Amino acid sequence: MSKLMLIAGGSTLVYAVLAILMGVLPGAALSRTPPGPGVVPLTPLQAKGRDVYVANGCSYCHTQQVRPLAEDAVFGRPSAPGDYAYQTPELLGSERNGPDLTNVGVRQPSEVWQYMHLYDPRSVVPESIMPDFSFLFLVVPRAPDGVTAVPVPKPFAPEHGVVIPTRKAQALVAYLLSLKQPAIPGYHPPAAPTSPTAPAQGAAAPAATSTFDAAAGQKLFAANCASCHQASGLGIPGVFPPLKGDPVETATDPTEQIHTILEGLHGKTIGTVAYPGQMPSFAAILHDDEIAEIIDYERTSWGNNAPLATAAQVAAERAKTAH
Amino acid sequence: MPSDISTPGHDAARDVLSAYIVCAALWLVFATFVGVLLSFKFAYPEFAAHTSWLTFGRLRPIHTNDTFYAWASIGLVGLAYYIAARSSRTALYSAALAWAGLTLFNVAAIAGTITLAMGINNGTLEYREWWWPIRLVFLAALIITAWNLLATVARRSTEDIYLSNWYTIGAVLWTCIIAIVAVLPWYQYGLGQVAVSGYFMHNAVGLWFTPMALGILYYAIPKLFSRPIYSYALGVFAFWTNLIFYPIIGSHHFLYSPLPWWLQTTAIVFSVAMLVPVWGGSANFLLTMRGQPERLARSPAMFVLIGVLGYLIGSSQGTLEAFRSSQQIWHLTNYTVGHSHLTMYGFVSFVIWGGVYALLPRATGKNPDSLLMGIHFWMATVGIVIYVLALSIGGTVQGLDWIHALPFIQSVTDMAPFWLWRAVGGSLMFLSHLVFAWNVWQMTYARQRADVGAILATEAA
Repeated sequence: MSKLMLIAGGSTLVYAVLAILMGVLPGAALSRTPPGPGVVPLTPLQAKGRDVYVANGCSYCHTQQVRPLAEDAVFGRPSAPGDYAYQTPELLGSERNGPDLTNVGVRQPSEVWQYMHLYDPRSVVPESIMPDFSFLFLVVPRAPDGVTAVPVPKPFAPEHGVVIPTRKAQALVAYLLSLKQPAIPGYHPPAAPTSPTAPAQGAAAPAATSTFDAAAGQKLFAANCASCHQASGLGIPGVFPPLKGDPVETATDPTEQIHTILEGLHGKTIGTVAYPGQMPSFAAILHDDEIAEIIDYERTSWGNNAPLATAAQVAAERAKTAH
Repeated sequence: MPSDISTPGHDAARDVLSAYIVCAALWLVFATFVGVLLSFKFAYPEFAAHTSWLTFGRLRPIHTNDTFYAWASIGLVGLAYYIAARSSRTALYSAALAWAGLTLFNVAAIAGTITLAMGINNGTLEYREWWWPIRLVFLAALIITAWNLLATVARRSTEDIYLSNWYTIGAVLWTCIIAIVAVLPWYQYGLGQVAVSGYFMHNAVGLWFTPMALGILYYAIPKLFSRPIYSYALGVFAFWTNLIFYPIIGSHHFLYSPLPWWLQTTAIVFSVAMLVPVWGGSANFLLTMRGQPERLARSPAMFVLIGVLGYLIGSSQGTLEAFRSSQQIWHLTNYTVGHSHLTMYGFVSFVIWGGVYALLPRATGKNPDSLLMGIHFWMATVGIVIYVLALSIGGTVQGLDWIHALPFIQSVTDMAPFWLWRAVGGSLMFLSHLVFAWNVWQMTYARQRADVGAILATEAA
């Protein structure tokens, strides 16, 4: 019996010490991490939305941790310990079959887009493999007062009636839109690689004479714009405006287009259509030369043929809006 | 095949082993059916969609938890009971306790499956998704098992405690501690919970499945190759180094996260140290098997060999993956999923199969059809090779896409062919499990045409 006690008891004692050292003590110490500046608790609706996120296992495919690596910069600034102060259970995740969601509220602030995407992800992102969460929606003959129907595009919409979000879908979208990284005072993102073709800020370069990198422009468009305006440039009728043949996109002067990308847009009427979508501001997401490349890509695609813009023009407009 | 039929307490040990393995086989079929369903959802997202409990996020934890805590845990505990009794040359301390444990394991798994399908998920904290009262049921099953195993070995008629029992009894006792640490809430808020998740994820693997499976190898290999283990001392050395190094490496699941940098670095250092018990243990097994290739053909030893190779390759790969430089490419990609299947399947599941095919016929006197055993072996082996290759290559492509700053959706479309190949490998694996379940039936409750063992037993009586 004593030998059994030695092996079983001894090893268990060793393990208990290690479990306390590696599990309990780090857990206890880090549980006291204070919230970072601007990190606030969720509202009751957002917290309910987080429960929906957990119940449906969203974090099996979406992480909420931005690593201090260049490849993660598209998802926001590196996550800091204080970001997680109010996040129990933790939702860092271990797999990115879908994009990181730490900062999705900034990247995709359109409530309409979020509803369409949840109802059927392929209605806005054709290549998406995300499951549809149509069970979080109801199909009713007509939307009750005060509830806006989700503008599901034709091939994805039910044959009869309109789609309205349930309380759970509303909470989930409220939670997703709350996912915004607060700025850390004194933190500046790494400087953009300076493009040799882009003249320095302030230099007056004449428009429409420079060339641009069409492949880079297409890549930036796909990453930042296509989920609403679509790779075809046709948008989604009545929800996200087409860029093909759009008066701003084909105007000789790119100033309004630059401002739209820098500042975002909401509730705009184009022609006779009032668009409900919310376009985010890209001022903090894209650098001047990247914005110029997107604009130039848009101005030369889908049959559009308008003069190009330069990074210098973007920089000049950015300087105006900064004050 | 030599039979254990005329030994003391044999009937109870046989019945317990049979029941555990039958339950485990049923859970394997169920859990991997869910796995195949999941794999097809990557290629065809509209497949079995629109229903809440059929969505990926609900089914994935059912697949992982049922393979972990139903298939592998029940299978390993069943074998551990039989080995404890046989290697101690005694009867089980209590068959009733073993039956109670089996009931609790099954109750936990059924309740866990239903609640996860309903969307009751413990915070999607990986491998502890079951609602906490269900995890307490599982803990109760562990405590019963620990008590029963200890009491069985305590009444041994041998001088020594055979090495297998060190591993299995240790594993059950340590896992009771893991389960308690994981369930208590007081040190699990925000980032603190991230630290506990790192600890839990790897301890549940490395101090439960690994030592349980190693314990079975230390018994099955000498039996199958008719020679003692190459070095008993090396086995003892691997026991203590596994115990001391493994609990420290968990945070390597959260490299580059906001967890303290020193905690991540410590995890990397000890991930390298893990090569000591892994290579020591693997060498011990391979040296015991050396020079007897004729014993592999048409024998459970085939499963054991793949299991040892799965342990060696999968665990060494784990060390390689723990470096920061490798994590820059592979972390958060499907490469990790390939790794977890190489270890839980290529190592743990193959060891269970080797143990079942080696020990169950000795207990019941009923042999499986050798052709069907071969079909199970080859489908499972080819399946896991396709599976791991597809996700390792695909995961690398995924990681490089991210490094090259391509639009995220590009990494999804680039994975499409690899996900399809994974589904092909997964389907083969699943089909092999149907054959395994049939073989288990033949080795347990089926009436065999030539029931040689039973006839021998009758004659001996």
